[in-house]
Amino acid sequence: MRSRRRRSRDLVARSLIYVAAVVALLPLSLVLAYTIANGWKSAVQPDFYLHFERPEGIPGAGVQHAIVGTLLIVGIASLFAIPVGILAGTHLAEYRQHRWASWVRLAGDVLVGTPSIAIGLFAYALLVAPFHHFSALSGAGALAVLMLPVVMRTTEGALLLVPPGLREAGLALGLPRWRVALQLMLRAAIPGVVTGALLAVARAAGETAPLLFTAFGNRILRFDVTQPMQALPLTVFHDALMPYKDLQDQAWGAALLLVVLVLIVNLASRFALRRQLAFAGRGL
Amino acid sequence: MASATVSTAPRRRAPFEGFRGITAVVAAAAPLSLLAIVVILAQQAWPAITQFGPGFLVGREWNPVTVHFGALPYIFGTVVTAFLALAVALPVGVGVALFLAESSRPRLRGAIGIGVELLAAIPSVVYGIWGLYVLAPWLYRHLEIPLSDRFLSFPLFGGTPRQTSILTAVVVLAVMILPTLAAVSRDVIRAVPNGLREGAYALGSTWWEMTWRVVLPAARAGIFGASVLALGRALGETIAVTMVIGNRPDIQPSLFAPAYTLASVVANEFTEATGQLYSSALIELGLLLVLVTLVVNTAALLLVRTVERA
Repeated sequence: MRSRRRRSRDLVARSLIYVAAVVALLPLSLVLAYTIANGWKSAVQPDFYLHFERPEGIPGAGVQHAIVGTLLIVGIASLFAIPVGILAGTHLAEYRQHRWASWVRLAGDVLVGTPSIAIGLFAYALLVAPFHHFSALSGAGALAVLMLPVVMRTTEGALLLVPPGLREAGLALGLPRWRVALQLMLRAAIPGVVTGALLAVARAAGETAPLLFTAFGNRILRFDVTQPMQALPLTVFHDALMPYKDLQDQAWGAALLLVVLVLIVNLASRFALRRQLAFAGRGL
Repeated sequence: MASATVSTAPRRRAPFEGFRGITAVVAAAAPLSLLAIVVILAQQAWPAITQFGPGFLVGREWNPVTVHFGALPYIFGTVVTAFLALAVALPVGVGVALFLAESSRPRLRGAIGIGVELLAAIPSVVYGIWGLYVLAPWLYRHLEIPLSDRFLSFPLFGGTPRQTSILTAVVVLAVMILPTLAAVSRDVIRAVPNGLREGAYALGSTWWEMTWRVVLPAARAGIFGASVLALGRALGETIAVTMVIGNRPDIQPSLFAPAYTLASVVANEFTEATGQLYSSALIELGLLLVLVTLVVNTAALLLVRTVERA
């Protein structure tokens, strides 16, 4: 009798775990489904990619300026954040027992959790206010601060997957530490490092808050990075809150582009990581 | 004399210790950014800090025209939405974590794991547009209207229901912090030694008894850390909340009332802030947010780290 109650309670608990898993996946599928359903109409039109904003009511408007802006802003941010993040991550992996490394690690993790709106204010104070105008460069600065800890921590993680025997073999052959770190370890960790960089790029490309007072947005296509520039998340944010159906559709289209980018990067990184794990598993 | 005869072996070239120094300096970028954010925001907020003093934190008026600024409605909105979102997400998050850590079906586990990771990767603004156009009308029709019809006198469900409300913000936030909760809890549950599980099974426990009496108590501190970490995320979330919370600096007991958060008011008003004191007050709101999340995150990280190491 008692054992039956225990067993049924166990069964209920087991099924609740499954329910939790389904509940967790429900919002994901809903967000994806509605974004595709509402966004595909805009996103399949060539005009969407070939034109920039037009006055309300005139057909043929697009988000070309936002796509170009996102590419430029995130590209510049990557130029700073990725090399710095990789070197910093190398330091964390090579000198992981040192006190400085654990401080940097903690600071990086806290930085990941710092509200992105505050990073936007920071970039405004540092890169916008002194020049008296918004610029794509300041937006890139804000995104670089956001990306840096992500690249750093994933690089460290990728390096830790490399068998330590490789480092010991290099050092035993008399190679200096920097060659061991950069030419042996980092090289073996490339798939994981690339994964981390891609994930950071995808995260930065979807950020809105840091760009509000830095890149600010622009209605036309500009390539001058010292001027205000549009980005896809800004398009979603501004157009979604507009009372016009056209603009709302455009916002959904831009949201779909962002989601597709995120999906591609995440799935690609999964593939790269599997190669890394296979390498680590094979050993030396 | 004696030493000269001993050291005849060729001197080794000194290893390039500069490498350690150079990368250490580069690695300083992370702590320096963190420090610079706090220092620069504090410096920019200084005019407001000296003008309004600690009264800023309890003031209820926010009036750029008369230059009176008080942060209480924003603090209220931020704290209430974050804690409620945590309360909603915690049971689901721990459930998913148990599934990810303990399920015996690797393929299903992998699929759910990918799903949770994607949930974390979807941009905030996409949650915002979805919350605004899909979730808010649905909650309004199927939850707010029926509840407020039936329990009008109950303050939590009182007032005129609105689509953009605390409730909508809470649900969106709960979805957004779920991946943090699930991933960190999964790691601490996995860190529970298998010997404990085997011991519980050996004593005749069912899976649930083993989980409830052995695994979860052992992982309690780590799950608490995960919750605090998720709370930090919820406190600082900007764009999605801005799009669904209604943006009105009221303090009302109703879940269906609009509210405003620290991050949202900065996002909405900063570019239009005229006058030094106005922007300075907004930056002080941002500083407040940074300091709170800094403390919350550091505490949570240290907690999770000690748990995983133990």
